[in-house]
Amino acid sequence: MSDPRLRAIVFQVLVIGLVVALGAMLFANTLDNLSRRGIQTGFGFLGNQAGFNILSHLIPYSETSSYGRAFLVGLLNTLLVSAIAIVLATILGFVIGIARLAPNWLVSRLAAAYVETIRNIPLLLQIFFWYFAVLRSLPLPRQSISIFGVAFLNNRGLYLPSFDSVPHLAGLNFQGGFVLVPEFVALVTALTIYTASYIAEVVRAGVQSVGRGQSEAAYALGLTRGQALRLVIVPQALRVIVPPLTNQYLNLTKNSSLAAAIAYPELVSVFAGSVLNQTGQAVTVIGITMAVYLAISLSIALGMNLYNRRTVFVGRS
Amino acid sequence: MSWLHRNLFSSPTNAALTIAALYLLWVVIPPFVDWALIDAHIHGTSREACAGGGACWVFIKQRLPQFIYGLYPESERGRVDLAFAILIVAAAPLFVPRFPAKRWIGAFLFLVYPVIAGFLFTGGVLGYREVPTNQWGGLMLTLIVALTGMAGSLPLGILFALGRQSELPAIRAISVAFIELMRGVPLITVLFMASVMFPLFLPEGMNFNKLLRALIGIMLFSSAYMAEVVRGGLQAIPRGQYEAAAALGLGYWRTMGLVVLPQALRIVIPGIVNSFIALFKDTTLVLIIGLFDFLGMIQAAATDPNWLGFATEGYVFAAAVYWVFCFSISRYSQTLESRT
Repeated sequence: MSDPRLRAIVFQVLVIGLVVALGAMLFANTLDNLSRRGIQTGFGFLGNQAGFNILSHLIPYSETSSYGRAFLVGLLNTLLVSAIAIVLATILGFVIGIARLAPNWLVSRLAAAYVETIRNIPLLLQIFFWYFAVLRSLPLPRQSISIFGVAFLNNRGLYLPSFDSVPHLAGLNFQGGFVLVPEFVALVTALTIYTASYIAEVVRAGVQSVGRGQSEAAYALGLTRGQALRLVIVPQALRVIVPPLTNQYLNLTKNSSLAAAIAYPELVSVFAGSVLNQTGQAVTVIGITMAVYLAISLSIALGMNLYNRRTVFVGRS
Repeated sequence: MSWLHRNLFSSPTNAALTIAALYLLWVVIPPFVDWALIDAHIHGTSREACAGGGACWVFIKQRLPQFIYGLYPESERGRVDLAFAILIVAAAPLFVPRFPAKRWIGAFLFLVYPVIAGFLFTGGVLGYREVPTNQWGGLMLTLIVALTGMAGSLPLGILFALGRQSELPAIRAISVAFIELMRGVPLITVLFMASVMFPLFLPEGMNFNKLLRALIGIMLFSSAYMAEVVRGGLQAIPRGQYEAAAALGLGYWRTMGLVVLPQALRIVIPGIVNSFIALFKDTTLVLIIGLFDFLGMIQAAATDPNWLGFATEGYVFAAAVYWVFCFSISRYSQTLESRT
């Protein structure tokens, strides 16, 4: 045992053996437990009829659809919420990040206060706040809050105009246009506001990473502050901003799973919630759910690496 | 006057921004102050005391014991107070620079204190009434989850970080797989796994309670993030340090324990504190698997038929409490950073 190479091999074999033994034990116990509860393993259950309804779905879905279909509905809702919140959070985050660096004392203080307040309050609490305290206590459709007479906000959700019709009150509810359910509005609002506070910090750090000389040179060329930002500083800052920014996008996508707490039918809520409860397929369902998030994370990380390789700063040689 | 001119009205755009910001403040602050302070109700014991607009702090006042202790039996709450009092007294010296025997205090907090606290919370021996974990709740549960999560994830995270930097391929592969898996999935799926899959993992007849499962889930999850933070520190240590340790004849564990880690951990204190803050905020997720932490108790109180309609007061109060905790931790880490 005095040979370090031999010691290394023995140590590794021991650890691998331990991990494999633990895995085998858990696997055996799980199979044992599942068969005792009369639950069949495998993916066969995905074809069975789901029998529950889903509040909002992008693809046709009804109670007679299969569990596999329910999974797709959940996945699409996750992607929808994430995509919309990412766009909104990016806009808000850039505005606040730039505002934090504004020469205007009041504006930069306000932006700092926003960041310090929002970052230090748990996201779940913010989701609850928007859902239970704000959207659920909005007026009934008849007393809707009108937004320029084309969009309406009430306790049933946000009614937006679509290409062919504008929402209008008919009887007790609105007709025409399309409706965003309150769960969706609350989730997108909370995710946007929360993530924007992190994006603002990313943007600030990125802009500050561009040397003073760059902005001085830009002003010396006679560019205004706006032009200097747009043409000189932001393009260079983006190189620093993009990697942590994608990290925030990933966080946002993962955080959208908190929708389970307000029953917005995204992946975790539909699949790891309703489907799991009905089928008892704990291992398969949790496994698939985790695999989906892992696949999203890894593919974005891969894309990020490619982007980094292309934009990496090559100094003068 | 010149300060005003320079900072707020230096140009027309700037002046317009100032006015817009002032307008924003005017729209938000006075109504909030009216609601939270001027029109608020603080006297009384029932919702009848809250007629008219304004915040109903009576609701918070009446429910405060539940927000703090959950459903912990009233007669036994002194034990909870005692456990946290011991923690505060024992931990306070750690925040004083150059206090003697910090090492022993740390050892006490890590090794002895959990036993004392566990005994005080659970009871069941020495004439103390037993309080099952499903009666634990409120801020007390939040702090228990957060503190055990922190205490557990730091050593685990260090182990995984060392594993990831190890020269042994098998150890490295296992560490990388664990870290990337945990960082790639949302905490809630880990908690679901802990609550529905852990029972399947165990042989028949064996089971452990929900709180413990959640704790393990949170600990595993945040140890992956901690590992990445610590790895940053390990990578910042110059090669010379390793070589010097090897020249002195130190083995792997002594090199790491005596030379590398003390330097690496000092570098990443801000990162560790950030992970702690994230963990503290993440403790709220345990309510989704049916534990009544601080936010869970607020949520339960807000849906109590006797107090319907006061959710906003509950959330504002909860937000203030979480904010004070997180903000003070982050401020403390900033002073720590500037001190070293």
